[in-house]
Amino acid sequence: MASSGRGGAPEGGGGGRAAWARPGGLYGGLPARQGPPGLDARVLELGDELRREGVAIGTSELLDAFGALAEVTWTDQRAFRDALAATLAKSQDDRRIFDALFERFFFRAVEREAVEKGLTEQRFSGKGDRGREIDFDSLRESVRAAIRAGSDGEMRDLARLSIAALGRQGEGSGVIGVDVQRIRRSLGLKGEASAEPQSSGIDPDALPADRLRDFERHLRRELEREMVERTQSLPPARPLRELDRALPSAPLQDLAAVHRVAAQLKRRLATQGRDTRGRRRAEVVDVRRTMRASLETGGVPLRLRHRPQRPRRPELLILCDVSTSVTSASVFFLSVLHALHDAFRKLRSFVFVERISEVTDLFARERSFAAVSRAIASHAGVADVSGYTDYGRVWLEFLAEVVDDLGPRSTVIVLGDARTNGREPHAAAFGCVAQRAGRTFWINPEPKLYWNYGDSVMRAYEPFCDGVYECWSTRQLESFANALTDVRPGG
Amino acid sequence: MPLTNGSGETSGTWRWRWPKYPGTVPAPAASAEAMAARLGEVGYLAGESAALVSYLATRLGKPVLVEGPAGVGKTELAKALARATERRLVRLQCYEGLDEAKALYEWNYRKQLLRIQAEAADTGWERVQDDIFGEEFLLSRPLLEAISTPEPVVLLIDEIDKTDQEFEAMLLEVLSDFQVSIPELGVVKARSHPLVLLTSNNSRELTEALKRRCLYLWLDYPDVERELEIVRLHAPEMAETTARRLIEVVHMVRALDLKKPPSIAESIDWARALLLLGAEEIDAGVFERTMSIIVKHRTDLDVVAERVGVKLASDGLLGARRSA
Repeated sequence: MASSGRGGAPEGGGGGRAAWARPGGLYGGLPARQGPPGLDARVLELGDELRREGVAIGTSELLDAFGALAEVTWTDQRAFRDALAATLAKSQDDRRIFDALFERFFFRAVEREAVEKGLTEQRFSGKGDRGREIDFDSLRESVRAAIRAGSDGEMRDLARLSIAALGRQGEGSGVIGVDVQRIRRSLGLKGEASAEPQSSGIDPDALPADRLRDFERHLRRELEREMVERTQSLPPARPLRELDRALPSAPLQDLAAVHRVAAQLKRRLATQGRDTRGRRRAEVVDVRRTMRASLETGGVPLRLRHRPQRPRRPELLILCDVSTSVTSASVFFLSVLHALHDAFRKLRSFVFVERISEVTDLFARERSFAAVSRAIASHAGVADVSGYTDYGRVWLEFLAEVVDDLGPRSTVIVLGDARTNGREPHAAAFGCVAQRAGRTFWINPEPKLYWNYGDSVMRAYEPFCDGVYECWSTRQLESFANALTDVRPGG
Repeated sequence: MPLTNGSGETSGTWRWRWPKYPGTVPAPAASAEAMAARLGEVGYLAGESAALVSYLATRLGKPVLVEGPAGVGKTELAKALARATERRLVRLQCYEGLDEAKALYEWNYRKQLLRIQAEAADTGWERVQDDIFGEEFLLSRPLLEAISTPEPVVLLIDEIDKTDQEFEAMLLEVLSDFQVSIPELGVVKARSHPLVLLTSNNSRELTEALKRRCLYLWLDYPDVERELEIVRLHAPEMAETTARRLIEVVHMVRALDLKKPPSIAESIDWARALLLLGAEEIDAGVFERTMSIIVKHRTDLDVVAERVGVKLASDGLLGARRSA
C-alpha cells in the first residue's frame, strides 16, 4: 500500500513554513499552551480537562498518575494509557469519559507539536502523483479485507488512501462527519444489522459493525489531521457530547448531584420518625458489653449495658409519574429513584401513567441508569407511556396492592404533577393511603404558581400530605431533604 | 509472633517488638509483562490491563479496586497474585452488617475475665489492668492480621460493595497508611506492605474517599481468544474446535439480555461437563440438555432456549446440507 505513516518518524516534507507564521483564527487557532513544555504539564492538562468533564480528580490522583507513569514504558501506548486510566478514572462512567478524552487530548497535543515544529507529511494525492491511478474496486476489496481482519495499522493506511482517492474532490465539505459518511458510502461499506438470529438471510457484503466503526474512526482521524495541517490550527476543544458519554438519557452531572442528595435524604430519614415511647421496654441486655464494662469494677457487673438501639430503617414507597406531561421531569425523577435505590435497601418503587406497576426488581437488576429508563419506557406495564395519567385509578390500584404493607413506619413519596386530565381524583383513596402510612410527601415538578390551574388537583391531595414541595432541580431536592427534618412525624 | 491468634500461647508481659521475618520474599516483577508471565505460571491468564495494574500495585504499594460483572475472575486474580508473589492470602469476605469487631480486632473478654478471677486477691489493680489490655487478650481479625504479620501477605477484601459506608470509612486508615489504631494499645503499623485488593460487583457507588486511595481496575468478560485459552488451560482434554465452538456459544448467550450472564467459571464447568458426557459436537440437542450449567434463571432459560437453541438448530441444518 502506498502510504506514508506518521506513526514513528514523520517525514519532514514541506517544512518550509515557519512555526509562527500560521493563519489560525478560522478554525480555532492554536490556543495558548499552558505551562512549560514536556509531558508533566500535558498530564496536568489532561487532568484539568477530565475535571471539566466532571471526573473527580484530586492532587493525590495526579501524584499517583506520575508514580504510575514512572513504572511503565512510554513506548507502548496501551501501557501508558492503562497506567493513567488506573490512577485517574475510578469508575466505569469515568473510564468512558477518560477513553474519549485520552484519544482527543493526545491527538491534539501531537498535532499542535507538529504544527509548531512545522512538520508536514507527504500525502499520496491520488491522480498521477506517482504515475498510478487508484483502482476503486481493488481499494474497496482491500478495505473490506482489512476491516474483516480487524488489523488496525492496515485500516489506518487504507483510510488515508481512501481519503486521497475520494476525499479531495473539492477539498471535502468542510464538515468532517459528512466527509466520513460520503467516503463510507462511496466505498459501499455496510454494517451488519443488529444481530437477529432469526433473520436467516445474512448479507455477505455486510461487515461487523464495530470494526466498521473503527474504520470510520480512522477516517475521521485522518481527515482531522489533514485539516489541521491545511489550516495550521487546531479545531476548538468542545466538551464531550452526551452521546460520547454513552449515557444518552442521563444528565451526567446531575446524576452525581442527585446521588449526593439521595445520600443526605437517607440520613435524614434514618434519624427521623423514631417513636420514643416504650424504649426501655424493648431494650436488650448486651452480655458481651456488660461483661466488658464489669472489668472496670473488678468483674462485678454493676452496670448493665444494652444493645444499642439501631435506628429503624425507614420503609420507603416511591411512586413516580412517567407520563408525557412530566417528560422533562421524569428523567430527573427516575434519576432520583435510581439514586434512592442505591442508598436504601428497603425501598419499593412504582411507576405509573394510567395504571401503576412496581419496578423494584427492575432497579435491583439494572445498574445503569440508561438501561433502567429504557426498560421502563419499553415494558414497565404501565399501559401506554404516552397515555394520560389517571391518578384516581392509580390510588385505587396502589391501595389494593400494598394495603397490607403500609404501616406507621412506612414513608410514601409521590413524584408527580397531580394533573388528572379531568378524571376523578379519588382523593379519599389517597387519604386512606396517607392515613395508613407513617408519612406522606408529595414532590411536584411544577412551580407552585401553576398548581390547581387547569386539571391540576393538588388541592385535593395536599391536606393528606405531611409536606408538599415543588421540585425540579437538585437544589430543590436538597431543600426537600432539609425540610424533612422540620416535619413532625405524622400518623 | 507479637500478636497471637486468640489462643494465646505466649505469656508474660507484652512488648511491642517485631520479629524478623525468617523467609525470603521473591523480588517483585520487573515489568508488566513479567507480572503477566508470573500470573500465567500460576494458572491465571491475565489481560493486559490486569497485569499492568497488578504490577503497578506491587510497585506503588497502593490498594487496587477491582470492579466488573460477577464471574470474571476478580477474586481469582487476588488468589493468583498471592501465588505469583508467594505471599499468604488473607481474605475478608464482606457482608451487610460487618463491623469492626469482625473485621479488625476484638478484645477477648472471656479470657480477660478469667485472668482477673485467676488473679490473687492482693494483686494491685494497676498490674491487672496493664495485663489484660495486652496482645494476649486481643483477637485479631483479618485486617489486623494482615497488618501485623511479619510475612508479606495479599489482603483480599471481597465484595466491598456489600458493606455499609461506615465500614468503608473505617477501612481508610488501613488502606492509606497501612496501620490500625487500637485505643488501648496504640497504633499498629504494618511491617511489610500488604498487597491489597478490593473487589466490588458495582451494586452501589463506593465513596470517593475510598476510590481516591486505590488504583482502579475494570475487569470485563474476556474476548473469545483469551477465554478459549482459559478454558483450554482448565480442560486440556477438550479438542480445540469444540472448545472454540463452546466459547462462541457462551459469547452468544452473554450477548442476550439476561439476568445473570454466564461467568468464566461456568464456561469451564460446561467444558468439563461436555467432556464427561463425551460430546464431540455442540448441536441443539446437546445444548438443550446441558445449558442449565451456564444459565441459571428460569426466565433466562426460556430466552436462551428460544434464541440460541434455534440458532444452533438452524446451523446444524445448514451444516448437514453443506456436507450432503
